[in-house]
Amino acid sequence: MADPVLQLRALNVFYGESHILRDVDLTVNAGQMVCLIGRNGVGKTTLLKTVIGLLRQRSGQVQLAEQEVSALPPHGRARRGIGYVPQGREIIPQLTVRENLLLGLEALPGGLARNRHIDPVVFELFPVLETFLNRRGGDLSGGQQQQLAIARALLGKPRLLLLDEPTEGIQPSVVLDIERAVRRIIETTGISVLLVEQHLHFVRQADWYYAMQKGGVVASGPTADLSKEVVDRFLSV
Amino acid sequence: MDLLYDTLFNGLAIGSVLVLAALGLAVVFGLMGVINMAHGELMMLGAYTTFVVQNLFKDGPLEALFPVYILVAIPVAFVVSGLAGLLLEKTVIRRLYGRPLETLLATWGVSLILQQFVRSVSSAFAIGLVLAVVLGLLIPRLTPPRLWQQRWTPLLGVGSWIGSGAVGIGVASALGGVRVLDQPWFSARNIDVTAPQWLRGSIDLGALNMPTARLFIIALTAIALAAVIWFLQKSVWGVRIRAVTQNRSMSDCLGIPTETVDALTFLVGSGLAGVAGVAVTLLGSVGPNLGGNYIVDCFMVVVLGGVGKLVGTVVAALGIGVLSYIVGSGSLLLVWPAMPPALNELVTFFATTSMAKVLVFALIVVFLQFRPAGLFPQKGRFVEA
Repeated sequence: MADPVLQLRALNVFYGESHILRDVDLTVNAGQMVCLIGRNGVGKTTLLKTVIGLLRQRSGQVQLAEQEVSALPPHGRARRGIGYVPQGREIIPQLTVRENLLLGLEALPGGLARNRHIDPVVFELFPVLETFLNRRGGDLSGGQQQQLAIARALLGKPRLLLLDEPTEGIQPSVVLDIERAVRRIIETTGISVLLVEQHLHFVRQADWYYAMQKGGVVASGPTADLSKEVVDRFLSV
Repeated sequence: MDLLYDTLFNGLAIGSVLVLAALGLAVVFGLMGVINMAHGELMMLGAYTTFVVQNLFKDGPLEALFPVYILVAIPVAFVVSGLAGLLLEKTVIRRLYGRPLETLLATWGVSLILQQFVRSVSSAFAIGLVLAVVLGLLIPRLTPPRLWQQRWTPLLGVGSWIGSGAVGIGVASALGGVRVLDQPWFSARNIDVTAPQWLRGSIDLGALNMPTARLFIIALTAIALAAVIWFLQKSVWGVRIRAVTQNRSMSDCLGIPTETVDALTFLVGSGLAGVAGVAVTLLGSVGPNLGGNYIVDCFMVVVLGGVGKLVGTVVAALGIGVLSYIVGSGSLLLVWPAMPPALNELVTFFATTSMAKVLVFALIVVFLQFRPAGLFPQKGRFVEA
């Protein structure tokens, strides 16, 4: 069995007094693509934000490669190997595409001070970025920004990539480009992916799924076994 | 014609001081969004640092280097004001990010403290203050970390600072008994900084007579501006600062240590205020209330220029400087002697420094009604991003 890259144990997260995540247990193994499914508002984005450290759990553990990272701030977790592509992309709008990509190198040892080389593999994955290197990030289309956000996260050579609805609000042709790129990233780099997604086609490319309801994990298994009943119950908005 | 050149040159020099003063605020307020009412007092610290450096070069082993003391005072003032700003960020502002009203009040309080500080500081006072600050910063590091992760940690933090302050006051009081240590460094009166000989003359170009002190201020402003632009656009920390100021949480998730970036940004902004303080000493005597004369002008410059836009800061500062000088000096009357009597009355009415300021600010307020985002507003899709 592959080594676990991410382990969540009995995770409980609150917004003020609202209990959002309830005793969540979840594992992502090395080289595995895991998809979180569930209707809007069940806590999928909250879970990813807790893994990267934007939200703190009230109880439970977040382990990266069997090391406890709960006490680390987001930048500490990024430097330990968690790449994060948030919902809505969150490109730095006034920085150029090149500068946005350079920020991805901050997660490497020594950060941007020691690393200034943008690995050309991101341009193979997303050729449009090379064309627009000197354009401001905020001036790109939604699909281009999504590609930039994924490329930026990849440049930090993460062990675990968190993708929060990467196809949301993107035109269908670009959705396919992003799906292909994510699949290729996993095959060529062996990194693990924890994906939140609503597109069934993309969900089926994952190895494993966790279905969430009311802040807790209520079902899990190989996506190959994802039945129509489960899809109807958890994937429809 | 000569008079026109003269007026423009003097307006440019005054505008340059404003550029220098507002540059630091453009970094702190424009980029970080922090309303620092103590920015003027950080300028004042720079001016007093120049006074101290001048005194060190006046007598003793450094006397031969007196002509260049001002060049030494620039980096020293940057460091002194920068460190004061850093301390302010670490002890006060860091706890108030995202709470502009509290920040405004707290930094206004700090500005009053700094004014009183230069009036009453003595060696005993300084030793007590340094001891209190060092203790306050060290206590969290020298005590078990679990104490600082509890729900009551904020109370502990306040308590440790009160305790450190009490120790500092106690030590200062004890040392105050020693007469040498009890002598005030400055006084409530204004201080005069003597410019070196080469800054006391002027360059005569026939049509234009340019005092070298004012030329020096213009050159210093140009160099400081170029350095800030290089730092923000080309250096690694500049990219980090721009990223954090636009999207703090995402920058954090990318691996950027945001708290270090905040501290560095504040240090640079405050250091620039110190450099502006050096320039102000060349224009006349300075006192503890120096900051109050500049703070409103500086905010006006940043708002008029467009928050977050350095080019706007420069254009707005030079515009305000030139306009204030032209109106305030009454030069219009000399340039246009045949002015209609009614207009002549109006120009004469505004031909004082304070009335010129009133007119310029009124014009700015009117301008902002039509362009609330200033001269150089943010443009493009990223405004909403």
